[in-house]
Amino acid sequence: MTVPVAGHPRVADLDVRDVYVSFGDTKVLDGVSLHIAGGEIVALLGPSGSGKSTLLRVIAGLVVPDAGTVAVGGVAVTHVPTHRRGIGMVFQDDQLFPHLSTLDNVTFGPKMAGESRARRDERGSVWLDRVGLAGFGPRRVTELSGGEAKRVALARTLAAEPAVVLLDEPLTGLDRELHDRLAIDLGQLLTGVTTLLVTHDPDEAAVIADRTVQLSSL
Amino acid sequence: MNRLPRRLIAALAIGPVAALVVFYAWPFGTLLAEAVTGQALSETLRRSQTWDVVWFTLWQAVVSTIVTICVGLLPAYVVARFEFRGRSVLIGLLTATFVLPTVVMGAAFLALLPDSLDRTVWAVIGAHVAFNLAVVVRVVGALWEHLPTDMEHAAATLGASRWRVFTQISLPLIRPAITAAATIVFLFTFTSFGVIRILAAPGTRTIEVEVWRRATQLGDIGGAAVLALLQLAVLAVALVWSTLAQRRHSRALALRPEAVRRRARSRGERAFVAVAAGGAALVALVPLSALVVRSFSTPSGWSTSAWTQLGRTEVRPGIRVGVDPVDAIANSLSTMAWATLFAVVIGGVASLAITAAQRHGRLIDGGLMLPLGTSAVTIGLGMLITFDAPPADWRASWWLVPVGHALVAVPFVVRTCVGVLRSVDPEMTAAAATLGAAPVRAWRSTVVPYLWRPLGVGAALAAAISLGEFGATSFLSRSGGETLPIAIEQLLGRTGTTLQAQGYVLATLLAVTTVVLVIVVEQLQAGRRVEP
Amino acid sequence: MTVVVVTLAACASDGSDSGSGTTDEVAVGDPPAVAPTDSTDPADTADPSGDTITLVVYDSFPEADTSLNDALASFTEQTGIGVDILVAGDTGTMLSKASLTAGNPEGDVMWGIDNTLVSRAIADGVFEPHVATGITDGSIPVPEEFTALTPNGEATPVDYGDVCVNYDIGWFAERDLDPPSTLADLIDPAYAGMLVVQNPATSSPGLAFLLATIHEYGLEGWQDYWRALGENGVEVVEGWTEAYYERFSWAGGGPTPMVVSYGSSPPAEVIFADPPRDDAPTGVVEDTCFRQVEFAGVLRGTDSPEAARLLVDFLIGDEFQREVPLNLFVYPSNPAVTLPQEFVDFAVIPDQPRTLDPAVIDANRSTWIDEWTELVLG
Repeated sequence: MTVPVAGHPRVADLDVRDVYVSFGDTKVLDGVSLHIAGGEIVALLGPSGSGKSTLLRVIAGLVVPDAGTVAVGGVAVTHVPTHRRGIGMVFQDDQLFPHLSTLDNVTFGPKMAGESRARRDERGSVWLDRVGLAGFGPRRVTELSGGEAKRVALARTLAAEPAVVLLDEPLTGLDRELHDRLAIDLGQLLTGVTTLLVTHDPDEAAVIADRTVQLSSL
Repeated sequence: MNRLPRRLIAALAIGPVAALVVFYAWPFGTLLAEAVTGQALSETLRRSQTWDVVWFTLWQAVVSTIVTICVGLLPAYVVARFEFRGRSVLIGLLTATFVLPTVVMGAAFLALLPDSLDRTVWAVIGAHVAFNLAVVVRVVGALWEHLPTDMEHAAATLGASRWRVFTQISLPLIRPAITAAATIVFLFTFTSFGVIRILAAPGTRTIEVEVWRRATQLGDIGGAAVLALLQLAVLAVALVWSTLAQRRHSRALALRPEAVRRRARSRGERAFVAVAAGGAALVALVPLSALVVRSFSTPSGWSTSAWTQLGRTEVRPGIRVGVDPVDAIANSLSTMAWATLFAVVIGGVASLAITAAQRHGRLIDGGLMLPLGTSAVTIGLGMLITFDAPPADWRASWWLVPVGHALVAVPFVVRTCVGVLRSVDPEMTAAAATLGAAPVRAWRSTVVPYLWRPLGVGAALAAAISLGEFGATSFLSRSGGETLPIAIEQLLGRTGTTLQAQGYVLATLLAVTTVVLVIVVEQLQAGRRVEP
Repeated sequence: MTVVVVTLAACASDGSDSGSGTTDEVAVGDPPAVAPTDSTDPADTADPSGDTITLVVYDSFPEADTSLNDALASFTEQTGIGVDILVAGDTGTMLSKASLTAGNPEGDVMWGIDNTLVSRAIADGVFEPHVATGITDGSIPVPEEFTALTPNGEATPVDYGDVCVNYDIGWFAERDLDPPSTLADLIDPAYAGMLVVQNPATSSPGLAFLLATIHEYGLEGWQDYWRALGENGVEVVEGWTEAYYERFSWAGGGPTPMVVSYGSSPPAEVIFADPPRDDAPTGVVEDTCFRQVEFAGVLRGTDSPEAARLLVDFLIGDEFQREVPLNLFVYPSNPAVTLPQEFVDFAVIPDQPRTLDPAVIDANRSTWIDEWTELVLG
């Protein structure tokens, strides 16, 4: 089952402590704490609107919590801006960059890190290969199917070599067959990567993750 | 089968089309013919002065456009992404500034700047930026609003700093809007007339001003026509380039139907929003305040004399200097009334024809938009040289100036009406048909009633346009029939005298009237959103 | 019908000599008994009394309250033709508007096109040829050099004068400075920033001054002169009224002590002085003077050609011409008129005012104005 994924220099753990978030008068997260060991894949279950996505955004740095801390590999990142946290995120609607080719999407992270074009293009091709989209490099992302887009989004996040990967309902909305296939692939690709996956589907959680937790219990 | 009878559509279309042909296409053709025949063409092209003017017009337009875009991007972003107190006021303020008559903006900057900067190109460019800021904020802001914020977030998670998100993701994606805004700003600054005449040093002329000068001061109609043609050529090139550029860069974006805006959270963000929004507001407010302030400044110190002694001063028995403001205001108001009437009738009928005719409607729509792309001076000059002999000996007629104004106002009436008419649910008309109404009756009772509100908006816009129109009027107005903008221009040239202060007074009155009209428009449009 | 026409024409020339004679009044006052039968143009022979026509003038022509206006009122009494005055700006502007509206004019008669511009007016078809009957029948011996300027009788010469640089005597005295005496002095740095001129494209004194410099420095040299004038801080405005009544230090309370105006402007300053004085406060730089002859004519396409012609005839008559010097500060072209004493005392008539051949002016005017605009306005 596990083909260890090469090239991850850090295998960091994720530590979330006592996060409070409220929008106006509504309490969305009420003292949530969570720990994920390095290389562990954890699935977070909960009904829609329960604040799962908000928690992801707090970890990613897209939402500032009213209270609480987030630490990656023992380093507190609560006040570090998103682009320096080393936390990757795959969004529910992929959010591929329509003005860039598939390859340029995947190599965006390495580009931000300052890698040369030759090196990052090579790395991008490797990742496209790994997600089963060899040769898709020059394609326009607007021409990709739902499943293909998902894979590109994943490749893009992983190619940036983040310490932690967050996935927001990655398989929601895909048809049954695609869903199952991707679930297996996801599990393989994320092996050894510290991952927090948010979903409302317990079966999906079971296939992909090492451990499942309920948001209500946190 | 439930289509409207073609005769009805034709009957609706014939009025606007005839008006377009007679008052626009014919003068335009005459102007072309005048330019192309005779030695005016070679004479004008050979004169180095011609190319000096073309070059100046071009570079000041390019610089104005670039500066406006740069200044406007930040406010556009802030308005698109953030919810803050006074957001709608800011948008209204910028829109009002855009609709202001050119002479008022020119006057405002004349009032604002110290004498040394008064007549330089930078004053002109400043006025252009203030004027056109609204275009950038609204056009670019509109697209930016629909850019998914998560796309920017995704880039951040991939290691892109705020600046790199902007340059790598946001900018390329809003590029079509920037191109569109830049084209509009270029169009307006290239054909700049009122601002140049008021603000620039006497020798600084754009093509538009040179056309006017050659025609009205030197009597060189042929030369003026050639220059007008040159101007059109440059505009056509710019338009083609822009269309191609926009087509190339249009992205299929997953456009959200509704914008998601949030309040600024951190202190840094709040400061950022305040600076951007506040700065934009200042750009609009400061010149206008200067205008009002200067209307109280006379050579003998601060006083209200410019306001109270508005009128002509007798320097010798029977010889008076200055402008009769009552005359000017009366002329402006009556012209405005007729222009609005013409624009509303033609525009309203045209919108009905356009929506009813569907495919062919686009042709009519496009045709009616042409006067907008043609400079006001070109329209005025064309009418001047066309309507000077029977059977169309209309040059002296009182209604020619309002018709000229209406030509430019009709596109706005059409835009507001067609938008509303098209959004009427066709199911309603179908329902009426099933209840036994013949197609015409069904259409009349379900579609036409929706016309009144947008017509109101169109009327207010037409009124604002007519009040501020300066270019075409400079050609067509007769002695004694001067409108407010012309009176203002004459008074503002008298530096350092009470007369100039009177110019500021009249400019203030004009500004206030325009702002009131804009408020009326905004109220009418806001009411519209509540309707089903 | 022709009888009425002749009577009216005769009335105009006679009436201006002695005011309205009773017999003339009766003849004119009668409405036409018979409709015109054999004339080709009904408008030509229709009875103009009861018409109101518009006299288009430049901006230094008084609209009301002067003896000049009283003379026009007298015309109305005599002929029953009302006269409205329309001020169209300085002469250049007035001409431009007339050219653009030729055939469909803003008025019926135009007063004030001068010799520097009349050829353009004629070329643009502004006038309907009519020379005042007083000239054609010899009763008013206007100098031939004036009528020769419009050889085809397009317009009637009504006055003449000289366009000269005027200066504020008191201003120069206060600063212990001698006022300039030649054109060359004007580019002397000692006189920097002291002169206001008018744009030759919009103003006839402005054009006349430009022609004076061309007369002095020639076709090749005038450009350098104006470059020097520009460097010496010359101010340019659009029209004479603005220059004289707003910028000139004496008449307008402005900052500039020298202005392009008329050789006959000083008398005006004596007459309107308050408190009264018996010396002229302004002087004239004779070397800068350029001879100007002004014309009046019927505008082509007027609705009331007959009334218009009658007015032109009246304008050259004694009654009107008598009021011209003290109101317009020019010399009447009607030599029968005696000049007022202040005029004789204070107006400056140079012995040798500058002139240029009208054909030369006509051929080069646009080019000169274009060049001037580029040189001076930038």
